[in-house]
Amino acid sequence: MGVGFPILSLMIFLPLVGVAFLATLRGDEAAVARNARWGALWSSVVSLGLGIFLWLKFDPSVAGYQFAESDTWLSGLDVQYRVGVDGISLFLVELTVFLSPIAILASWSITRRVRDFMIFFLLLESVTLGMFCATDFVIFYIFFEAVLIPMYFIIGIWGGERRIYATVKFFLFTMAGSVLMLVALVWMWHNAGSTDLTVLTRTKIPPDVQTWLFVAFLASFGVKAAVWPLHTWLPDAYAEAPLPGTIMLAAVLSKMGAYGFIRFAVPMLPQASQAAAPLMFALGVVAVIYISLVALAQTDMKRLVAYSSVAHMGVIVIGIFTFTVEGIEGALFQMLSHGIIIAGLFVCTGVLLSRGEDTALSRLGGLAAVMPVFATLLMLFSLASMGLPGTSGFVGEILVIVGAMKVNFWVSLLGGMGMVLGAAFMLVMLRAVLFDKFTRPGLESLKDLRPAEYAMLVPLAVMTLWLGIYPVSFTHIFDGPVTALVQAHVAAVQPAAVLPAAVQPGVAVAMETK
Amino acid sequence: MDGLLILPSLLPELALAICGMALLVIGVLSKANVFALVSYVAVALFAAVGVLVFLAPTCEIYGGLFVTTDFTRFADVLVLVGAGAALVLSLDYNVREDIARFEFPVLVVFAVLGMFFMISAGDLMTLYLGFELQSLAMYICAAIARDSLRSTEAGLKYFVLGALASGLLVYGISLVYGFAGTTDFVDLAKTLSGTPGYGTVIGIVFVLVGLAFKISAAPFHMWTPDVYEGAPTPVTALFGTAPKVAAMALLISVMLGPFGHVVGQWQALIEILSVISMCLGCLAAIGQKNIKRLMAYSSIGHMGYALIGLAAGTVAGVQGTLIYLSIYIVMSLGVFACIIAMRRKGIAIETIADLAGLSTQRPGFAAALAVLMWAMAGIPPLSGFFGKLYVFSAAVSAGLTPLAVIGVLTTVVAAFYYLRVIKVMYFDAGTPDFDKSAIGVRLVMTVAALATALFVFMPGPVVAAAADAAKALMG
Repeated sequence: MGVGFPILSLMIFLPLVGVAFLATLRGDEAAVARNARWGALWSSVVSLGLGIFLWLKFDPSVAGYQFAESDTWLSGLDVQYRVGVDGISLFLVELTVFLSPIAILASWSITRRVRDFMIFFLLLESVTLGMFCATDFVIFYIFFEAVLIPMYFIIGIWGGERRIYATVKFFLFTMAGSVLMLVALVWMWHNAGSTDLTVLTRTKIPPDVQTWLFVAFLASFGVKAAVWPLHTWLPDAYAEAPLPGTIMLAAVLSKMGAYGFIRFAVPMLPQASQAAAPLMFALGVVAVIYISLVALAQTDMKRLVAYSSVAHMGVIVIGIFTFTVEGIEGALFQMLSHGIIIAGLFVCTGVLLSRGEDTALSRLGGLAAVMPVFATLLMLFSLASMGLPGTSGFVGEILVIVGAMKVNFWVSLLGGMGMVLGAAFMLVMLRAVLFDKFTRPGLESLKDLRPAEYAMLVPLAVMTLWLGIYPVSFTHIFDGPVTALVQAHVAAVQPAAVLPAAVQPGVAVAMETK
Repeated sequence: MDGLLILPSLLPELALAICGMALLVIGVLSKANVFALVSYVAVALFAAVGVLVFLAPTCEIYGGLFVTTDFTRFADVLVLVGAGAALVLSLDYNVREDIARFEFPVLVVFAVLGMFFMISAGDLMTLYLGFELQSLAMYICAAIARDSLRSTEAGLKYFVLGALASGLLVYGISLVYGFAGTTDFVDLAKTLSGTPGYGTVIGIVFVLVGLAFKISAAPFHMWTPDVYEGAPTPVTALFGTAPKVAAMALLISVMLGPFGHVVGQWQALIEILSVISMCLGCLAAIGQKNIKRLMAYSSIGHMGYALIGLAAGTVAGVQGTLIYLSIYIVMSLGVFACIIAMRRKGIAIETIADLAGLSTQRPGFAAALAVLMWAMAGIPPLSGFFGKLYVFSAAVSAGLTPLAVIGVLTTVVAAFYYLRVIKVMYFDAGTPDFDKSAIGVRLVMTVAALATALFVFMPGPVVAAAADAAKALMG
């Protein structure tokens, strides 16, 4: 399947063209800043256009990789430049191209070294897209690690007060995790003789080695997905990063970890994943409950939203390790929905920041009276975040809970606690920000949303409702690959005597764990 | 083959020797200061020798004393790149530091000649001859700023410790000769195909120690930080590149050639050297404030990674080490060009803190150094990552997974201090106010940074050439 031109490579490398354009800008500082902003915005809008085209051309009935490209790269070894998308990576690509223009709009508030910022941002977009499109493990690893470089600069140059601490911590934590994956990668490469993902997925790995490889993957993807207790870099990074950086980190980059689990850990290491499921459930449940309580104790809006993100990652992890169609689809749906909701919440935070407010909850209040549209949208995103039916958050959570119920009642119950606790801290936030009374003079003179802010928030709100009201337009894209993934997993962990064809995927896993 | 027939095979070495002596005579006889002229001729000579290296046929001459293969060609080219770039860097620096003496380029030419003999050695005697020629020239280079206390101290330190290493090496050679009865690599390989005696093993260990000193692998690294810091920066750039390649190539060809059948006797030693170097390189560099000392510890760490390939002892391992070295010398030359460009009001600056604010004042300079630092840290997609990928890959396929795990963990620690340099340039406020640097320095900086950043798009040629070289060595 193709469209006659290498659309994925075009999407990956188009932002680099934008970088080259930005680097050659000349003139006085104001002109460079203006041109850099518009240049970056246009570059990301073209990527979005390509993304929509890709979505329209995508054939959901095919389970394998589509739009695949390959080119020889490292000679003498079967390491090639391979890219392609399937239903799982497609929507992460879409999420990235959808959120990039919004994040660039959010970065209009940046006034210092604008050109540098836009260059790093476009680099970030490029490597993120590359990572989701890669179908070769080495290519994936290169993009996966390369994300660190632009992020290091974005947090370190434009971040808040403790930016240097936050960015170094972010960098070293995530790097320490991913280098262990490098060793795992090299081992699997020699085991299979290739780094093609389809070959790697087919290659059997002895169960005792799988355990070690899983530990390496857990170190890498667990840090990226901020699985408790590997999450400590995250609140610092989210709180200190400038708003567009936070949006990309929370909405897109945190999905790298979960994507890694679905793409690598589960299909390539079925026995180890199965064995690790109780551990992952425990970590997920701890994340949901403990981190929700931590979020409840936050006194700053940005930090509260950051912690809510960790709690949602817990739900995603639980969903993945149920190995049921419902659970994994729920996790994927939650990734998509969380990406949009968290972006909305952070943009709302940014709206307050751009009005010169700080985001300490004690210094806000009563904004619903003066900023009704803002209040409505913030409330929509908050309700979606706690999983209100009709919004995107509900669909993901309910699917994960149903998937988990097939495996273990308690996991389902405790994971579902997230919705209750999420409601608790979100409502506390809403009360402190929107209702209550004005805590200090000055708040009552705040103006409602500006056009640029509408441009950022309305698409996010529309997507939140679309995902919630008609989820099928998204789930049918990843139905095929998820079903194939679950079937392959069940076949791999079943004893040989049972005929795989006769097995209902979800039920079989449930029986197995009992 | 003998008589005039061997001439083509020796063309590169003959050209170096004859031109080196001619340059010496010109320098001595001319009244004016001919430093610049001699340097330009020497750089041109290196370029020409680079062509001759490929013209010289694959052969063994003088009864196996001297060999030319794809392996030696690969290492020769790396040596030429390192030495040539170091000379380009010295053009302006030596004038500004008032050490513009014509002896320097002449000494570099002779050092390169010595390195060529080390690389092409087919016999322990040739090995020692090349080793000594190279060492003597380098001792003087280290002390070339003879009015500077630091430079003379560096030279003296390097000489005393270097002499010790030479002593150990020649003692090891004599032991091997005494117990095996030959110094020829091919005969040694035949003799040592059984279980070697204790005398031979001790001899091998001494040879290994002598060479480990030259590549500054821990625990034989003691000279490195002081010499790196004390020597004039272009000389440091030379120390960090060409001799390391030559010594590493020699180490590879000796260990896998004549001693190739007794891998079990020395493999553990190489692993230990590698682990100690990686750990020391990453830990000791953390506290450094002087960027030249930082580079010294960083080079110790990098040699640890390069040794992983040798420890694997396979074709893939040799290929990995060669790829690592080629990438490493380009990165090193770039960083040293940046260090040379750190000069305020005519005075060379060496502390990392002085880089503060560089990214706003000189964005290009800062970007180049940042690219090189990321590459040194081994972050993809920059070139440094590929060197590590290949050596780790060789280690894992040879069953040395623990070594690869230690390797990746030390890269995280090492990343901390490379990040600090970038942090100072990009996050800290300051006004470095560096002088405009010379064209040669900017050229080396730009080319190195571009090669490092764009390697990912064209890894093929280097990888393929290293594969050919490794095959030529291992058969």
